[in-house]
Amino acid sequence: MNATAPLVDVRDLVKHYPGERAWLGLGKPKRVVRAVDGVSFTIAAGQTLGLVGESGSGKSTVARTLLRLTEPTGGAALFEGRDVFALPPGELRALRRRMQIVFQDPYSSLNPRMTVRQTLREPLAIHRLAAGADADARVAALLDEVGLDGALADSYPHELSGGQRQRVGIARALSVEPAFIVCDEPVSALDVSVQAQVLNLLTDLQRRHRLTYLFIAHDLAVVRHTAEQVAVMYLGKIVERAPATAVYQGPRHPYTRSLLSAVPVPDPHAPRRRIVLSGDVPSPANPPPGCPFHPRCPHPKKNERCRTEVPALREITPGHLAACHFAAEPM
Amino acid sequence: MTQPGGTAPLLAVRDLKTYFVTGRGGGTARAVDGVSFELYPGETLGIVGESGCGKTVTSLSILRLIPEPPGHIRPGSYIEFDGRNLLTLAPRDLRAIRGNRIAMVFQEPMTSLNPVFTVGDQIAEAAVVHQGLSRGAARARAIDMLRLVGIPDPETRVDDYPHQLSGGMRQRVVIAMALVCRPQILIADEPTTALDVTIQAQILELLERLQAELGMAVMLITHDLGVVAGTADRVVVMYAGQVVETASTAELFAGPRHPYTEGLLASIPRLDRPADRLTSIPGNVPAATHWPAGCRFHPRCPHAWDKCRREEPPLLDAGTPGHTARCWLVVEPQRRRPAP
Amino acid sequence: MLRTWVSLAVLVAGSTGGAFALRRRCERTGRGRRFFRHPTATTGVAVLTFFVLVAVCAPLVAPYDPSAQPDPVGLQNRPPSWLHPFGTDLYSHDVLSRVVYGAQVSLGVGTLAMLVALTLGAVVGAIAGYTGRWIDAVLMRLVDVGIAVPRMFLLLMAVALWSRLPLGTLIVLIGVTGWFGTSRLVRAEVLSLRERPFVDAARALGARSGRVIFGHVLPNAAAPLIVSAALGIGHVMLLEAALSFLGIGVRPPVASWGNMIADGRDLLTIAPWISLVPGLGIAAVVMSLNAVGDALRDALDPREEAT
Repeated sequence: MNATAPLVDVRDLVKHYPGERAWLGLGKPKRVVRAVDGVSFTIAAGQTLGLVGESGSGKSTVARTLLRLTEPTGGAALFEGRDVFALPPGELRALRRRMQIVFQDPYSSLNPRMTVRQTLREPLAIHRLAAGADADARVAALLDEVGLDGALADSYPHELSGGQRQRVGIARALSVEPAFIVCDEPVSALDVSVQAQVLNLLTDLQRRHRLTYLFIAHDLAVVRHTAEQVAVMYLGKIVERAPATAVYQGPRHPYTRSLLSAVPVPDPHAPRRRIVLSGDVPSPANPPPGCPFHPRCPHPKKNERCRTEVPALREITPGHLAACHFAAEPM
Repeated sequence: MTQPGGTAPLLAVRDLKTYFVTGRGGGTARAVDGVSFELYPGETLGIVGESGCGKTVTSLSILRLIPEPPGHIRPGSYIEFDGRNLLTLAPRDLRAIRGNRIAMVFQEPMTSLNPVFTVGDQIAEAAVVHQGLSRGAARARAIDMLRLVGIPDPETRVDDYPHQLSGGMRQRVVIAMALVCRPQILIADEPTTALDVTIQAQILELLERLQAELGMAVMLITHDLGVVAGTADRVVVMYAGQVVETASTAELFAGPRHPYTEGLLASIPRLDRPADRLTSIPGNVPAATHWPAGCRFHPRCPHAWDKCRREEPPLLDAGTPGHTARCWLVVEPQRRRPAP
Repeated sequence: MLRTWVSLAVLVAGSTGGAFALRRRCERTGRGRRFFRHPTATTGVAVLTFFVLVAVCAPLVAPYDPSAQPDPVGLQNRPPSWLHPFGTDLYSHDVLSRVVYGAQVSLGVGTLAMLVALTLGAVVGAIAGYTGRWIDAVLMRLVDVGIAVPRMFLLLMAVALWSRLPLGTLIVLIGVTGWFGTSRLVRAEVLSLRERPFVDAARALGARSGRVIFGHVLPNAAAPLIVSAALGIGHVMLLEAALSFLGIGVRPPVASWGNMIADGRDLLTIAPWISLVPGLGIAAVVMSLNAVGDALRDALDPREEAT
């Protein structure tokens, strides 16, 4: 066990969206959507936590609340020992220099009416880091750092390719010299060959600046190359959390197993034992009782207990947590 | 599994050129520029490439769904189906083929479904148009189709509207729509890209099962070599509006001959082979208005030499029958540079 | 008189030539080509340029002092002639001179009042859309009230408080009663823009609300605003004309196209040119504004911008 405190320590994060009220805002509110329902994790400095889940699992909501782009309903998020959720606006603004975000869609995450230079100079102006020629030098250095030609500084986003835009998005996050970056599906919208470029860039930057990442992805393959720790989310809850090797070699939760088996392997001779889940992800407004995964669970021992009792996220082996009643037994 | 050679192809695309006149004086985008391939009965053909390689335009050209203008299919292009050239068919004859003998499934299920009609109406529509089914028969057919694509409780689901279904269910409905007339060819354009991984696995399995049950040929268009590895019999790799490599799936993955195919394969994040750094193809896909001279891949190719910059390679026979690659390395293998 | 003819000829040539030159220049960009694809866009630009130039160069163009009454008896209601190209009115004013100076007032009131409305609408709409919650609810209910009460009634009420309405006050009044629609438009735009990742990115970088709204949200909502402003100026000009026609807008001896029409209303059968000339002026400007607004709508459409 590491003696030093983790850089990021999220405790029991909850985000509920109240349902729309019928009748012109006067009626009874509809069912609450439990987007994130009691999520806890820690990330040590310089490490990467891969947060994996399908749409509706709440992984992006975790990212947004962590950066206070959305206000959480409950819980705490300690960053360098201070609770991000309890900070007054002034201190929060200062903290934004320490934690940044890279978005999924490189097309909509850049302001279409600002050139690359304007986009990168803005954070420098907000935090009064540099101005004038000094700022231009910083912009050039940032572009160089993310592997972009300095001549692109005066281009508009629509003149750039998807990969180039994503590099600008990364440069923008780096501009304030953060310690922690949330990567919200940073390569999902990119072509395969460009995906690899951007993933390598993120790895290089992490080493060079000793960055800490929360890396969000919808499949386990991308995370395989970046994360030391992996957490799998389903319906607003973490169902498995462990060191990456443990997750890939010995998943304990049936959902993790099926996620792993669902990743297409580019090898026609690979043994195919795809566990195809039946049904769809239920709506977080109406989660099933008991284990949220039980209606789709292919586990042979699934029984009445799964339908009634919510399994706790518990430690199966040291450092390996899973929320399944049968996690301790071999499958 | 059908081996090319023995049987006659069901669909043959010959030297297909689909160009778009772009605005702002940018010139002509040669989106598809001399593409040829065959589709054999009962096989699954994977068409693989990144965005901008022309794979979607190719599939739309087959059913002449290219908006004209700005697009146009150049004279000299030829798409043979059932002994006729689809590109010169009268609109009436073409309609008899579209949705009836050749059907399509698109990437985003919500955009292929009309939000104001029930899924039952939409599934049965093609059967009503092409086979003149009565109302009752159409409804029964729709229920059959929903059952076929694995939608539980089809008798009630048939009256649902698209917004009442989840993404995976919608894609199943779209597939049911495409298959209602039992087409000989199903063209599936990125059918799983918009879906979650576990749902993607369901849809791929469904397509596989339906193909076995109905015996149709499937053209699976995708950017994901992983999807192709699990489903296709043969693969056509496209880059910059051209076919750069064709081979049986097993052969393509075991011994790719084009550096682009090699690069694509190497850049996929793999579960089974964790690596600290991924291999990537440097640079970006060029613009369709300005394809590079010579081999179109040469600016990004680690092996390129003078000849590649000057002369465009044809599709060269790469040894085994049915394996071709558009690369000078096939004839000058000594030029290959060892990996750094 | 010669000066009038020469300067009018120069202005016609200048505005037509200018419009065509602009068209040639703009056709190189996609946006410019989409603008001039509209058959009436070039004409619209030319007509607007012409009237703006006339208003600006009024002292040069007008042959006489617009409020001079050289011969109230002998020069009444004279039909167009070489000395008075658009005739004279009841008070022996030269109609051409009044139309030229009236353009200053009518175009000026239209533009300035629209600017007032645009600013108010943009600020209120942006605040309502961006902050949401109760502020949004309160502001939007206010807007509902503003839209529900007839504008003419509001203006008549306000006018009743002043015996002689100063021109500046009239502009402000028209602006203050005209921003409700704009604010709804801006709010809708802001509501969708606020969810865009680049807005989140700015917030995550520590930008204050003001910077986010005015630096990221409003510039991206500019296109529909510009279009609605172009169409709105025409509306305001018609409103000014209506008020002046009713005798409560711009008062004589200051000339506006509206009060000129009013001057001629009793003489339509014997001296139709008094009302007809300013009426045609209003029609030409409003139609040109509509043409330019439509063309702008296409040119600034972000869906087209992606291609």
